[in-house]
Amino acid sequence: MKEISELNLPADLRYADDHEWARLEDDKVRVGLDDYAQDQLGDIVFVELPQTGDIFKKGEVFATVESVKAVSECYMPISGEIVSVNNDLEESPELVNNSPYGAGWFVVINPGNPSEMDTLMTSEACLEKLKGT
Amino acid sequence: MRYLPHTSEDIKSMLQVVGIDNIDDLFSTIPDNCISKDDLQLPDALTEWELDSHMSALSDTMAVSPDYKVFMGAGSYEHYIPASVSFLLGRSEFVTSYTPYQPEVSQGTLQAIYEYQTLATRLLGMEVATASHYDGATALAESLLMAVRITRKKGVAVSSLIHPLYRQVVQTYFEPTGYQVIELPYLNNGITDLTGLDELNDLAAVAVQSPNFFGCIENLKEAGEKIHNKDALFITCFTEALSYGLLKNPGSQGADIVCGEGQSLGIPRSFGGPALGMLAGKKKYMRSLPGRLVGQTKDLDGKRGFVLTLATREQHIRREKATSNICTNNSLCALAAAIYMASVGGTGIKKLAGLNHDKAEYLKQELKKAGFKISFESPTFNEFVVKFSADFDSVYDCLLEKKIVAGLPLSEYYPELTGHYLLCATETMSKNDMDALVREVKL
Repeated sequence: MKEISELNLPADLRYADDHEWARLEDDKVRVGLDDYAQDQLGDIVFVELPQTGDIFKKGEVFATVESVKAVSECYMPISGEIVSVNNDLEESPELVNNSPYGAGWFVVINPGNPSEMDTLMTSEACLEKLKGT
Repeated sequence: MRYLPHTSEDIKSMLQVVGIDNIDDLFSTIPDNCISKDDLQLPDALTEWELDSHMSALSDTMAVSPDYKVFMGAGSYEHYIPASVSFLLGRSEFVTSYTPYQPEVSQGTLQAIYEYQTLATRLLGMEVATASHYDGATALAESLLMAVRITRKKGVAVSSLIHPLYRQVVQTYFEPTGYQVIELPYLNNGITDLTGLDELNDLAAVAVQSPNFFGCIENLKEAGEKIHNKDALFITCFTEALSYGLLKNPGSQGADIVCGEGQSLGIPRSFGGPALGMLAGKKKYMRSLPGRLVGQTKDLDGKRGFVLTLATREQHIRREKATSNICTNNSLCALAAAIYMASVGGTGIKKLAGLNHDKAEYLKQELKKAGFKISFESPTFNEFVVKFSADFDSVYDCLLEKKIVAGLPLSEYYPELTGHYLLCATETMSKNDMDALVREVKL
């Protein structure tokens, strides 16, 4: 497992307590699982994603990740409607390990309330929190 | 793995470790108003010989083959069970009160389940089979719930020619879920009427049984196409697993999920149970399968081994999000089926299925010659429906006294079919047996 100093937490993203990341792309928000979470989970073997059109509130379960070690739920970092899901994860769940911020993205959402982005942590805050635990 | 009960010494030392005086203290968290205060109302104990004679008397109230000639199938079939099945099944390594799943101590049991799964997929023409379920009815209910999980739609349709008791179990499973169960009517020729599907939308799945409850063989390929056009999953159900020795398997006909009863594969009828719920699906639906699944793997030394796999679908890991509330399987019955299929082999199953069809066909033709009407004209396997005279009830009772069970009266399940009887003839019926039945019903 990675040392905290080895973690990759890009500064252009926002982070939720449960290690989902969110990136504002024009008026949409792309969501995935951060480097810390993918590293902790180990080899990811299955990702269950929602369907486009599904609507979730911030904090609701929208996806399930299964690794060789455990099954974990993923929670919506902000409220919104799913407008796109990463179907490549069906065949290649390892993308979450290999490229958590690139090809391993989970969903794109149409945010109900874009200002909810401000409730999420910056990469510095996320790193501070990890150091504290 | 052997089953060794605890001695009172064992229990005493375990209680000491956890620091309590008696076993009842373990249950102290159960609310007082949930605990029964009265003694159980049980009859006095019997001696062994009294109990033996009591059980014999109970058994004598049943009409059992070979003493009786039982022309009744309807979901439970009289088939010859090769001696290899009972002999191997009785080995103490397999007979235990609980199925041990720990791979360290249970390679034999796990391999046996794996072999069963492999044989089941071959028989049904599917990619993945589960380690088994309680019976055909629960396998059907679980299959329908599986379809709801996969498609996220809220309704299912089932043919009214699926075994009536299976449909009752489905209703029981579905009642608290709020998902709708629609029954599809049947046509005059004895197969399911799928024309009503046009009116139905948002179905997770449509389930069809073949051979159906009237013994008729459904056109699964055509049904599958209609069902897939509605964007629903195609579930096929069966009560007579042996029929696939003769009929095209459901996988080749486009089934997404196949479920049914495996009792025909080496399991005695035993007054209706225990049975074998078989369930198989396409590989892409693997993670939505209910229940246990055994997989093949390699140990640290690279040697072949067997373990429970995809257990993340199960209740002890996923809790309320599990694919089923059942974390067990019918291992001994699955083992019986595996030994049966391996003993009889592909060629044997084909021959046996042919024999079943030919015998039933002989009985059907003889009844026709005797002037009785065959109720439905669709082709059948080893069961068919015949119309007897309106006052056949008394003849039926008369035959019972002569130790012949002349089929199942259908009016209880299909009120419009008064006087119609579902008859079955398997390989165990001789020409003499069938001629005797025809002679008796003609009188």
